[in-house]
Amino acid sequence: MKNNEILSQIPEIGEEQIKLLEKLSNAVSVSGDESEVRNIVMEEAKEFADNIRVDALGNVLVTKKAKVDDPVRVMIAAHMDEVGFMLVDDEGEGLFKFEIVGGIDNRQLVGKPVLVGKEKLPGVIGAKPIHLTTADERKNPIPLDSLRIDMGPGNLKKCKVGDRATFATRFETWGPSLVGKALDDRLGVATLIELVKHAPENIELLAAFTVQEENGLRGARIAAYSMNPEVAFVLDSTPANDLPVWDEEENGRYNVKLNHGPAIYRLDAATLSDPRLIDHLVKVGDEFKIPYQFRQPGKGGTDAGAIHKQRGGIPSVSISVPGRYAHTAVLIARKADWENTMKLIFASLAKFNRDVLSVDR
Amino acid sequence: MKSLIKKLVETVGPSGYELKIREVVRAEVEKYADEISVDAMGNLIVKKGEKKEGGLKVMLSAHIDEIGVMVTHVDKNGFARFTTIGGVRPHTCYGSRVRFLNGTAGVIGGERLDDANHVHAIEAMYIDVGASSVEDCPVKIGDVAAFDRPFEDLGNRLISKAMDDRVCAAVLIETLKNVKNSPHELYFVFSTQEEVGLRGATTAAYAIDPDLGIASDVTMTGDTPRGMKMDVALGKGPAIKVKDGGMLADPKVVDAMVQCAQKHEIPYQLEVLLGGTTDAKAMQISRAGMPAGCVSVPTRYVHTPSEMVDINDLNNAVKLLTALISEPINLA
Repeated sequence: MKNNEILSQIPEIGEEQIKLLEKLSNAVSVSGDESEVRNIVMEEAKEFADNIRVDALGNVLVTKKAKVDDPVRVMIAAHMDEVGFMLVDDEGEGLFKFEIVGGIDNRQLVGKPVLVGKEKLPGVIGAKPIHLTTADERKNPIPLDSLRIDMGPGNLKKCKVGDRATFATRFETWGPSLVGKALDDRLGVATLIELVKHAPENIELLAAFTVQEENGLRGARIAAYSMNPEVAFVLDSTPANDLPVWDEEENGRYNVKLNHGPAIYRLDAATLSDPRLIDHLVKVGDEFKIPYQFRQPGKGGTDAGAIHKQRGGIPSVSISVPGRYAHTAVLIARKADWENTMKLIFASLAKFNRDVLSVDR
Repeated sequence: MKSLIKKLVETVGPSGYELKIREVVRAEVEKYADEISVDAMGNLIVKKGEKKEGGLKVMLSAHIDEIGVMVTHVDKNGFARFTTIGGVRPHTCYGSRVRFLNGTAGVIGGERLDDANHVHAIEAMYIDVGASSVEDCPVKIGDVAAFDRPFEDLGNRLISKAMDDRVCAAVLIETLKNVKNSPHELYFVFSTQEEVGLRGATTAAYAIDPDLGIASDVTMTGDTPRGMKMDVALGKGPAIKVKDGGMLADPKVVDAMVQCAQKHEIPYQLEVLLGGTTDAKAMQISRAGMPAGCVSVPTRYVHTPSEMVDINDLNNAVKLLTALISEPINLA
């Protein structure tokens, strides 16, 4: 395919796509109970898929056939689950003890409205007000076992121990910004849905909408085993810590920056990205003048951490949309970064062939 | 043996970036291999022989990656901040030299400490490559370096960076050269990404699907002043692993190794290592599982830029492995 043809085929991010992102962001889909997002994905993808199925852990696995002979089998993964809470003890009168599912700093919890269960019943993580706290108490974060989700007595019969809950944030756009909860990784899910709808014709697209990423890359592991792809790309979201530092020193620990384009991974705690795939993304980015950045090598991990170790090894790389305040009640991303992520992944797939992997890693 | 070790340890090859060291190993093994392949993770897999009567499919693994660093940010004055690849501890960094894959050398410096008795956190250190701005800095975000120290020959004792695990790569190379008429189908795997979690051996073990897995790696010793309590010493022979932090070696494999050493009058020690693990762990739990064990080389100052081994242990490790895989192995 010629470059201008590729450019003309890149899925657009318009009103419809943002509406879908809104629906995805507002869904309650905490690790282990991803049904709400799964239903949206099934609904969106089914008429475009050559094959679509839900596996034993709840991953949605979509095959989209190529229009060429002997295509490369490329897995693209995005996780459907989000960090959140689980009710663990009913203390009566609508008060519930809860546990955190995935990684949330417990300093983020106090005073936040939440939605509980499939019916999205309202609650709040309450705290002792300032009138009644001592100066000493205010110095320390409140430990999780001193916090409760307070739902009031009105919905007593509708929720129970084991139900999941998330922050009650509703999605909004603020000018160029996308603002909501769970944009990690609903941005990836929304991107992958567009790829299924507008798949490049040169590859066999194996789209994995995975579960249980936030509690240990569990869905991706079995998805990669069963799909058995030749190569894998992971679409995720990574924290931007790009605020100014107040002593006028240079911020050297930004991780990624908003408005600097999709973030390509080299090293995190779970994966050393395949250098051949990094080079391919960089080459395509440069050729198509798509802005991109490198995520600062460091901690963290994506589904690639599980995928690349399956079977005899699967060359893998991750690409993330940067977002400020990940794993809190609100994440802020820029629409331009999402668009450029879409461009980079689409063009990289359209340009992909086995030559990329013909040299040894 | 010493010149082979020098060549191997002085090559730069941190986890995930084993291209150069793999080529050095490939040049050594090419003549002796029936088949050579490189898999998706960059493992170099050398096949030798076919399974005969009483033989097994045996995977031997020594990792060719080493610990290292990766640049996270170059500041406006040309100082490169970094993160670690594998188990690099902060107290081994300050003042150490590093060498990048592109040949650039640098020294690790640190921010001023309020208390000079403290150790710098990794985040408080940087690599100085002699640059003064982002523009004239020869390294950038994502570039990879290994610690840089020359190989020193003290006679019996040898010092270098990356003895972990290049000495065992040398052991496997020599074993490959020595082995004749084995009843076994042998796969010598020069594995990648061991230091970040046995990742290369994980996929190699899956693909090869052997009947028996044997790793060769370094282990610690208890023979230094006020050192850890551990019954392994330099120069007393290769250590037959009984247990480490990630694996209980198959007792049948331990017995086979011990009996082989006794039969051939090769000195050996038994090893119980409290922390750390080897490629044998990945092999043992691959697919439906397999008997696995490890022949270790006692090493002092592991994961510092100056690791010390004894040449006699290496020669005896070669003898032990060669004898072991030249005969039928009784795992009943």
